[in-house]
Amino acid sequence: MDAITVNTEASEDANSRPLDSIDVSIPELYQNDTYQPYFERLRREDPVHFYADSKYGPFWSVTRYKDIMKVAVNHQVFSSKWELGGVRLEDQVQGYERPSFIQMDEPDHGQRRMAVSPVVAPANLQRMEGVIRERTAEVLDGLPRDQTFNWVEAVSIELTSRMLATLFDWPLEDRHRLMFWSDVTVCHVDTPDAPVHSEAERWAELQKMATAMKALWDERAKSNVPRFDLISMLAHSEATRNIDFRELLATCSLLIVGGNDTTRNSMSGGVWGLSQFPDQYQKLRENPDLVPSLVPEIIRWHTPVLHLRRTALADFELGDKTIRKGDKVAMWFVSGNRDDDAIETPHDLIVDRPRAREHISFGFGVHRCVGNRLAELQLRILWEEILKRGFEIEVLDRPKFLRSNLIHGVRELPVQLH
Amino acid sequence: MPNVTYIEFDGTAHTIDVPVGKSLMRGAVDNGVAGIDGDCGGECACATCHAYVDPAWLDKTGSPEPGSLEEAMLSFAAAAQPNSRLTCQIRMREELAGIVLRMPEGQH
Repeated sequence: MDAITVNTEASEDANSRPLDSIDVSIPELYQNDTYQPYFERLRREDPVHFYADSKYGPFWSVTRYKDIMKVAVNHQVFSSKWELGGVRLEDQVQGYERPSFIQMDEPDHGQRRMAVSPVVAPANLQRMEGVIRERTAEVLDGLPRDQTFNWVEAVSIELTSRMLATLFDWPLEDRHRLMFWSDVTVCHVDTPDAPVHSEAERWAELQKMATAMKALWDERAKSNVPRFDLISMLAHSEATRNIDFRELLATCSLLIVGGNDTTRNSMSGGVWGLSQFPDQYQKLRENPDLVPSLVPEIIRWHTPVLHLRRTALADFELGDKTIRKGDKVAMWFVSGNRDDDAIETPHDLIVDRPRAREHISFGFGVHRCVGNRLAELQLRILWEEILKRGFEIEVLDRPKFLRSNLIHGVRELPVQLH
Repeated sequence: MPNVTYIEFDGTAHTIDVPVGKSLMRGAVDNGVAGIDGDCGGECACATCHAYVDPAWLDKTGSPEPGSLEEAMLSFAAAAQPNSRLTCQIRMREELAGIVLRMPEGQH
């Protein structure tokens, strides 16, 4: 079936099936790029939606921008705790829980977050801008012309893996292992071509990662010279210096994913998005000064994190529904960013959109993405350097997306440069 | 109309008329003042409209309520100080006419 047939079928299905049978947790919806009509119907008819029979148990879907905001800022009621299942719809399997700070409530979350946030604070970003630009130029100048290649491998993964190695001060030549562990962390183990196929296998790989990180940690803990990599910061911070091996594993896997995956997919999603709106791409090529609004617009339009989950600590009225204590609640950022009550013509990628920064991709409240400004910096430099070179990027086929209800992953995007 | 002076990190000052009732974040963003982002649109949910209130004005603006979301969000802002506020949480009033706000090196 071609893409248009698949999309028509999805739209018919979304609008004809009984409302209470809509399950937006199915990873294939995102792999096949057919999720939008289901969310459109939910936003219209049942914006706070309960589904009882998902593979991941009963859960609420919050689909409108303003409702997502209400959940995101209320960390007193909506918990992230790993002990309650964590921040993904898919509960953590017992014995394999990963207690990283994204899966903690206050004050534990805040103390640990503050240990790593200096690495992406404004002053440190200024220090990094030069090296990011140099690498971006090197990667772009090495691309073939008039030949088909995979943008994801050649540009998005190449650039974000180098950045990740820098953030950890990890050997650059060994950066592909970090990318592998990132894929290991986010995958659904029941995906046929996933890098690991069971929780035990995932844990074994992450233990290898944590062992390698621990060796760097121990060495850097001894040094009195302040260094600006994540491992050194964790090893020296009061809040994190004595964390156990399990938390070290969890924290490093969180920072590996956060430090590359979302930016990687936005680098690919932006190229795909602009190919769908050629008049916008043309406007951008004629006016490179639009990059500062292009960057948040790409992050909104692509929405690299599909959902994050919370667990209710008390009953809570949302819309005309009552969420009960103990219920699982998914904030669907991918839906909130397409809510036309909050964003005008939300399905269009508009390079000079007014108030482009007001999107929901980074989440809101105390758990808001700590690396958002680094992500924007990398995307800004990438697009500045693309436009400087006058590249015309021709997209030859639809992207292949990751089978995931968590990460909006782009695995392949065939392009030619002219 | 009362005005606000926004001083960028590099010292560039902008004096802007801000109508009573409008937030000081909106006063900056709607007039293209660089250095205040306001990514959440004024919901106290992102900490990207952080500024330092000139000490002479602090008794009029007050500080974030203990235990409030503003206090929690500010604790994550880079380089927060005792006179830090999220400017989306300050609405213009006549008594704030002439208030001076200084911006941090960056919002994040």
